[in-house]
Amino acid sequence: MATDYEAVIGLEVHVELKTKSKIFCSCPTTFGGESNTHVCPGCLGLPGVLPVLNRKVVEYAIKAGLALNCEIAEFTKFDRKNYHYPDLPKNYQLSQFDLPICQQGYLEIEINDNQKKIGINRIHMEEDAGKLVHQGDNIARAEYSLVDCNRSSVPLLEIVSEPDMRSAEEARVYLEKLKAILEYLDISDCKMEEGSLRCDANVSIRPRGQRTLGTKTEIKNMNSFRSLQRAVEYEIERQIDAKEAGEPIVQETRGWDEVTGVTLSMRSKEEADDYRYFPEPDLPPLRIDRAWVEELQQQQPELPAARKERFIQDYGLPNYDAEILTNSRALADFYEASCSLYPNPKVVSNWVMGELLHLLNAENLEITQSRVTPERLAEMLQLIDKGTISGKLAKTVLEEMFKTGQPPQAIVQAKGLVQITDESALTIVVDQVLEANPKVVEDYRKGKGKALGFLVGQVMKQTRGQASPEVVNRLLKTRL
Amino acid sequence: MIISHEQVETMAFLNQIELSAEEKEQYTAQLNVILKYARILEQLDTSQVAPMIHVLPLYNVWREDEVGVGLDREQALQNAPESEEGYFKVPRIL
Ligand SMILES: [Zn+2]
Repeated sequence: MATDYEAVIGLEVHVELKTKSKIFCSCPTTFGGESNTHVCPGCLGLPGVLPVLNRKVVEYAIKAGLALNCEIAEFTKFDRKNYHYPDLPKNYQLSQFDLPICQQGYLEIEINDNQKKIGINRIHMEEDAGKLVHQGDNIARAEYSLVDCNRSSVPLLEIVSEPDMRSAEEARVYLEKLKAILEYLDISDCKMEEGSLRCDANVSIRPRGQRTLGTKTEIKNMNSFRSLQRAVEYEIERQIDAKEAGEPIVQETRGWDEVTGVTLSMRSKEEADDYRYFPEPDLPPLRIDRAWVEELQQQQPELPAARKERFIQDYGLPNYDAEILTNSRALADFYEASCSLYPNPKVVSNWVMGELLHLLNAENLEITQSRVTPERLAEMLQLIDKGTISGKLAKTVLEEMFKTGQPPQAIVQAKGLVQITDESALTIVVDQVLEANPKVVEDYRKGKGKALGFLVGQVMKQTRGQASPEVVNRLLKTRL
Repeated sequence: MIISHEQVETMAFLNQIELSAEEKEQYTAQLNVILKYARILEQLDTSQVAPMIHVLPLYNVWREDEVGVGLDREQALQNAPESEEGYFKVPRIL
């Protein structure tokens, strides 16, 4: 009998904060820009320069902590994490070790209508490293490397979960929810492709029922939600196979390879991780004023969970719709804007969650990049109500709006998509269809209800989908 | 001996410093003298003393989130032993 294993997964998430200036110097954090143009003696690690903390970073860290139900430290400090790598000019990273700003929180996720609390172990503030460009195909074959310090000292929050997730799907859903919360707080761009949201996964397995943890591996290089799920799925399988084959699982860092769909050993953990943390002497510690925390709590925006509740209450949406719509702040904004223009929340939800998301996903676009605006969507829905177009034609119109950004009326006119409701015109088509399908007509008369659907379909086909389904149905029934 | 030869070797490795056999000998001895001195301090009863995080009684030294002027690229790279196309150039990593 094969052993039944369970996976134990924890995530370490790094988010770049949306401050104007860096965490310890006043260089801009703007993304892009020519290499080494957003730098100063501070973030280049030149000798003798003192760091000065950006207050906004502390504010954002507290906001994140409050949103994730954390305890906000009364006393917190920075520490030096010592390691040598060319993207780190000072040879140490300013981070937080034993007294992080936030601890012991949780985040609630929902999978198949079940709620689950995922613990947040800690949130700490730190600085980002620079960027390396390797000359050659990859780091191993590179003759030399180039360093750009524009990202050096950009503020980061590291959000460390408890090992509370039990499947790759839970890990993905956790990350999606975390991203949503950070977006609502408006403290990070959260773009995985650009690296403003990065995720490492700690994965281990153990026989179900066992309490002690198995040896874990740390998985890196996942740059989308999908690759996180795939990488964790792969790693769980790999560990189970190793266990079953009697091979040891080594504590190590493994990189996810998107193309081949496997994780590969990067380096063994024991020799590399000895960071010799010590308190940063150049930065005085922080006392976090309770009144400030209270003030920030008051200013917290509506978060995904509250907005979802409101969508269920105010718009009468099912749990499922409300969950998806509120999981992205931009999508929820789009939905609400559409509802204010076309006050039928369920119809709007059907179109947004169905056709529109489908079109966006197919092109891998965000709602913010959609050429279909709430105004256009509402105009299109009004055309359906007026009977100008059928629901079926509306799909074509929406696709066209999505492609070209044109208003629905213009598309309807240009493409001649106006619904045909003229009975005399349709009667001709109906008669043709009946004549061409005597067998189906017979079936219908014998009581086969389905036959009617086929005949309607034929009429729609003849009219390139422009016939009014209601009129066609009525005409067919009277003739049969 | 408070600090061993091996520990000194580990420290050198972590800090990417190459030490000759004599240097290892020399630094191990010197570090032991320093640490022996620290052992004297360790004899004091500090159970009633709060850990000192920072030597100055300062808290919350911070600045507002404002962008300032940094270095231009030529200035930034002028002390680099090698640079290329606006980047610092460093030897192969692996
Ligand atoms: Zn700087």
